Amino acid sequence: MSQAASTATAAAGQSLVEVRDLRTWFELRQWGFMRLGSVKAVDGVSFALQRGESVAFVGESGCGKSSLARTLLGLHQPTEGDVVFEGQSMARLGRRAMRDYRARVGYVQQDPFGALPPFLDVRRILAEPLKVHGIGRSERERRIRAVLEEVRLSPADDYLRKFPHMLSGGQQQRVVIARALILEPSLLIADEPVSMLDASVRVEILNLLRGIQQRRELTLAFITHDLSTVRHFADRIFVMYAGRIVETAAVQELLDHPQHPYTQALLAALADPDPDNALDLREVPGGEAPSLLNPPPGCRFHPRCPKHMPGVCDIEDPPDFEPRPGHLSACLLHR
Amino acid sequence: MGRLSSALAELRNYPSAIIGLGIIAFLVGLAVYTVVVIPYDDALDKWRGGDQWRLYPVNASPVWSDRLLGGQAPETKVVSSRDAEIEREAFEGGERLSIPLRVDFQAGDFPSEMTVFFDADGHEREPFARLVWRTPDGREMPLGGSRISRQDRMSISQDRALEQRLGLVPHIGLLATPDSEPGDARVQTGEYELTLDVIVFEENADFEAELVLYGRVHGLAGTDHQRRDLMVALMWGTPVALAFGLLAAVGTTITTLIIAATGVWFGGWVDATIQRLTEVNMILPLLPILVMVGTLYSTSIWLMLGVVVALGIFSAGIKMYRAMLLPIRQAPYIEAARAYGAGNTRIILRYMIPRILPVLIPTFVTLIPTFVFLEASLAVLGLGDPVLPTWGKVLNDAQSESALYSQYYYWVLSPAFLLMLTGLGFAMLGFALDRIFNPRLRTL
Repeated sequence: MSQAASTATAAAGQSLVEVRDLRTWFELRQWGFMRLGSVKAVDGVSFALQRGESVAFVGESGCGKSSLARTLLGLHQPTEGDVVFEGQSMARLGRRAMRDYRARVGYVQQDPFGALPPFLDVRRILAEPLKVHGIGRSERERRIRAVLEEVRLSPADDYLRKFPHMLSGGQQQRVVIARALILEPSLLIADEPVSMLDASVRVEILNLLRGIQQRRELTLAFITHDLSTVRHFADRIFVMYAGRIVETAAVQELLDHPQHPYTQALLAALADPDPDNALDLREVPGGEAPSLLNPPPGCRFHPRCPKHMPGVCDIEDPPDFEPRPGHLSACLLHR
Repeated sequence: MGRLSSALAELRNYPSAIIGLGIIAFLVGLAVYTVVVIPYDDALDKWRGGDQWRLYPVNASPVWSDRLLGGQAPETKVVSSRDAEIEREAFEGGERLSIPLRVDFQAGDFPSEMTVFFDADGHEREPFARLVWRTPDGREMPLGGSRISRQDRMSISQDRALEQRLGLVPHIGLLATPDSEPGDARVQTGEYELTLDVIVFEENADFEAELVLYGRVHGLAGTDHQRRDLMVALMWGTPVALAFGLLAAVGTTITTLIIAATGVWFGGWVDATIQRLTEVNMILPLLPILVMVGTLYSTSIWLMLGVVVALGIFSAGIKMYRAMLLPIRQAPYIEAARAYGAGNTRIILRYMIPRILPVLIPTFVTLIPTFVFLEASLAVLGLGDPVLPTWGKVLNDAQSESALYSQYYYWVLSPAFLLMLTGLGFAMLGFALDRIFNPRLRTL
């Protein structure tokens, strides 16, 4: 992909979303007023997403990828930094503009059953976002039917009157996707959209998302901890660790030539379908994910890093290097 | 609301729900019937008492209770001169009327009182009447005479001279067998006649008389110390009780729910303020405050309703609703709603509250009678609405007239029965709903 080769800053002109040094911190308080510090869920993230691009954010649990998604959705206030969407800064949006912004960004959640209000039927679930945005009755009906066809819940009449508990997990997730699409967003954020589904329907849902993304020329931000699914559904990958993006590259490039020791460890931990390797032991980085309350100084990965250089990695904060063209990695080994 | 309708359909499987619904339907039907048959102003006017009740006995039991116990107590008999064959005899400067008022008395007990009402309108000179009582066995007893003013009454029961002569209270002595002794008088059945010899000093002037033998039993509900038919209060108590209970339950539940949801949704100082207000409100005693308001300000039922709702807003229910709403606040579907731009009001009213509403329906149903009882308690304490007839006010009257010492059991039992019926109906429905909406209770 040619866009993928361009760096975040160079693409700023035609990008859909531009994130600049974004920080989302959660303050911890005791007794309501004593400050205990902040959980730095997102701590200095910059990137840009192009129109029609599908990207994946990968990282282990607690690395800040869901907080990043929620900040992009406007569910969390960024502590610092800014999100520029279609040339408009989110920090300066008023209430009206914020509502319009929310129509431009769709959200697909992890748990499809929890994501649907159990007391509404499919028709009302899909009508709600349209009502919020003041769309008239006949237009609502038309859009609901169209979007149900689009997520392949057809004929629509069979589903309109059903309540979430009457649908299978895959069907529920299709309704969630339909709800995310019904306002015709230009950015779709999918937070682990298949991790709670049966293995049998995962591929269907991923193909559906990919198909919709290509047909609508959506920008799809796909959040996952599972590198194995990413290959087929993303153009670019962002690897996150402890609130930061540590490596960015086009999918094939990153999977074939991982540069950051953390990415290398992640890839090494992937299940290998070859039965000959069933008994092989792999080297997996020991230790646990670092505390986001007091992240380690220097490179955040250094306490677990097999290649860590004492006296360098634990002092210096690594900037982004470009060891291969279009491939960014924040590791001091590249210096 | 598919869940709601299927839950309601399930009610059919619970006999207690059917009975409860039946009772509630009966009460609602009675309330509607009452409001149609006795309009509001009419009811207030009737309950104010006064001359409109002059033909009703004092403290008469319901007919059915006497008959059930094998009694034959008399009902009130009214004989009017309009139905009598009046003999007229003119003389110079006037007219002499002889009015025979015949009454066929077949009851097993004496009347409770005896009075003659006169209506002599348009006379310049007052007419004069002389009364003679004839028993079935032909005895004649003169009851004296008097001048009759425009609207006059002659209370035969209170005629001391007659009582002395008969050795018995007149309304007993006049209807007793000739050998009756005080304390062992028996009724002589048959046709009695009261003859009025009236001298009227004008021609074409009206003269009417009514003999009233007050009964010892009356109607379905009996009467009270002011001759008022208790049916008025028992019937009107139904719409008042249902309206009070329902409005108070709706008012407190809805406001409490909205406030709890608002606190949970916004969190922070909003939630903290609501919690502190609730805690303060929880230790405020409701009944003494109502007594104070009633004593110092007004006992209007609508004011009481307002105070009950106002004090119920920050009730302990907030704590319960908060506990139920806290996990819902974190539900992914709420997050999704925020992500597509739903505002705070929409999230609170459309996404949070409907989620716990089914669980609250049983509580709501069982809450209604507690407010009905509260209203009755206030009335018993003398803080009932000053004009409205209610069950509680009947109880209050009964209490202040020492009904139970005087063996007027009906006076206490009938309003108490209706109160209990209300409680029973709503409780039976509420418990069945509880089992439907909270299925975990079913195994117990």
